[in-house]
Amino acid sequence: MANIQENLHYSKDHEWVEVNGDVATIGITDYAQHALGDVVYVELPTVGDTLESHEAFGSVESVKAVSEIFTPIAGEVVEVNDGLNDTPEAVNSDPYGAAWMIKIKMKNQGEADAMLSAAEYEEYLSANG
Amino acid sequence: MSIKKVTSHPTQNEELIFDRSQIGRVGYRLPKLDVEETNLDEILPAELRRDDDLEGVPEVSEVDVIRHFTRMSTWNYSIDLGMYPLGSCTMKYNSRLNEKVARIAGFANLHPLAPEREAQGALELIYNLQEDLAEITGLPGVSLQPAAGAHGEMTGVMLIRAFLDKRDGEKSKERRVMLIPDSAHGTNPASAHLAGFTVKTIRSTDEGLTDMEHLKTLCGEGGIAGLMLTNPNTVGLFETNIQQICDEIHQAGGLVYMDGANMNALVGVARPGDFGVDVIHLNLHKTFSTPHGGGGPGSGPCCCTAELEPFLPTPRVVKDAENYRLDFNRPESIGRVKAFFGNFGMMVRALAYIQTHGAEGLREATEAAVLNARYVGHHLTESYDKPFESDSMHEVIFSHKKQSRKGVHTLDIAKRLIDYGFHPMTIYFPLIVEGAMLIEPTESVGRADLDAFIDAMKSIAAEAVETPELVIGAPHTTRIGRLDEATAARKPVLRWKPDMEATAKSA
Repeated sequence: MANIQENLHYSKDHEWVEVNGDVATIGITDYAQHALGDVVYVELPTVGDTLESHEAFGSVESVKAVSEIFTPIAGEVVEVNDGLNDTPEAVNSDPYGAAWMIKIKMKNQGEADAMLSAAEYEEYLSANG
Repeated sequence: MSIKKVTSHPTQNEELIFDRSQIGRVGYRLPKLDVEETNLDEILPAELRRDDDLEGVPEVSEVDVIRHFTRMSTWNYSIDLGMYPLGSCTMKYNSRLNEKVARIAGFANLHPLAPEREAQGALELIYNLQEDLAEITGLPGVSLQPAAGAHGEMTGVMLIRAFLDKRDGEKSKERRVMLIPDSAHGTNPASAHLAGFTVKTIRSTDEGLTDMEHLKTLCGEGGIAGLMLTNPNTVGLFETNIQQICDEIHQAGGLVYMDGANMNALVGVARPGDFGVDVIHLNLHKTFSTPHGGGGPGSGPCCCTAELEPFLPTPRVVKDAENYRLDFNRPESIGRVKAFFGNFGMMVRALAYIQTHGAEGLREATEAAVLNARYVGHHLTESYDKPFESDSMHEVIFSHKKQSRKGVHTLDIAKRLIDYGFHPMTIYFPLIVEGAMLIEPTESVGRADLDAFIDAMKSIAAEAVETPELVIGAPHTTRIGRLDEATAARKPVLRWKPDMEATAKSA
């Protein structure tokens, strides 16, 4: 069973969001990393890019396929995790920690609240996973 | 179950050519210079000269080189060695006759800059192949320039772009959306992007076909430049609504590009031009049997409607009375897409293939390709999950759903197939089927070989239940076992370097 962390917000595209003030940290879930398989490359945007909600902000390449990653939240990219350039495997080993991908200054704080809770995401996975 | 092995060779391993190097060993002796010797320093500036005395370049004799590469060539798996059921790739047999014809001196040794009057035979061959491909696709404008499938795609969408720019003028800028199904080849969105379009993805239905409602919704959003569609699609199903799909796109003001990767299911039976398709690329190296995947260069002709014909790459090969000539006077052309006229040797082979078969034979080949895929599909439905119920066309798709519960995944099944002497099928494509296995036997395979393949697949399905570790650890009969693909991709070592061994030891 995929690991799901409390206190995070989840999207149906298998991204997680952690909110701190007006900054949202975004990554992909344990379920997503498991479905992708061994991740070999992560492509991320640059600081200062503005993103619309549901826009693709980068891609994750695994030994099986390349998948786009979508931001559930609109805003401006204020930080990206450059460490993933050298250690893409962190997406597999620590998806909720070392493998956070970008931090966004949120345009609309309500967007995170509209996402799935941990319990709702778990329910969504058991229905669709 | 006894495992059949395709090749065996006394040498189980082979050193790198660099490791065979011996200082001072050469495979040549140059004659004495019959002109005055010139000092290189005087004629070449320092920055253009090597100053490392060719350090690291292997010093070997001719026989060292020949044996090294010949030994390794015997480790290869090729279409001449066995079945190659790589879905969406049409790995069909290239007959020796095609090779013989391509080696006729007049074709093989013709210089690409030979004047028209001395190249009439080659021009006639190009012209005749264009005519045949026009008849096969139902699309009269043909360019043989593109060198591969994705190149043909790129040419195709550039024709669409040129057509829209002419038709709509400034307003063409508002028409930049290319619709592409979620099951498409990855090259489709790449070609669209390169030609200046943005991509919107059309969903597939649970039956594996284009979702018509979603298509209509996206058309309603406006800005439609066109659609890129593979038919049969990449799950091996014929898009039964193809005519309606083309109508929708045309009503929205766009054009329809068809990816011809799967034409082996249609040749001699159905014509894209008759469906309403505006432009298509063909892969001579798939559908028309020319060598594929390391065996030779590709060839991706682009075929289009009369409406798009003025935009085709220059020069065009045309016929005036009894003479063939190159027509450069095409003011609306997108220009040249390849040096000279494309990969001419492939055109010789493709025309040989077409003429050997004739119209009847081409149709029979298509029927046999579809029948073979359905035969495999029928015999493997009990062992493997078949995500779509409809009868397949020339390729059939399965998933690992029945095996994954036991921890055996698509990659493991593919690797185990190597132990049974087969090249694996296409895996993890298309992305809309989780753990996809896409099998395309082609018409080149007889029933006995199909049965052997089916037996191997059934045997692997049984192993996945009884001895899953055997499948997960495969391959077991190759010189090198399961490769660590993740590390290879994360930390690629792309070439040998003189200090490599020292680095490896210290690491």
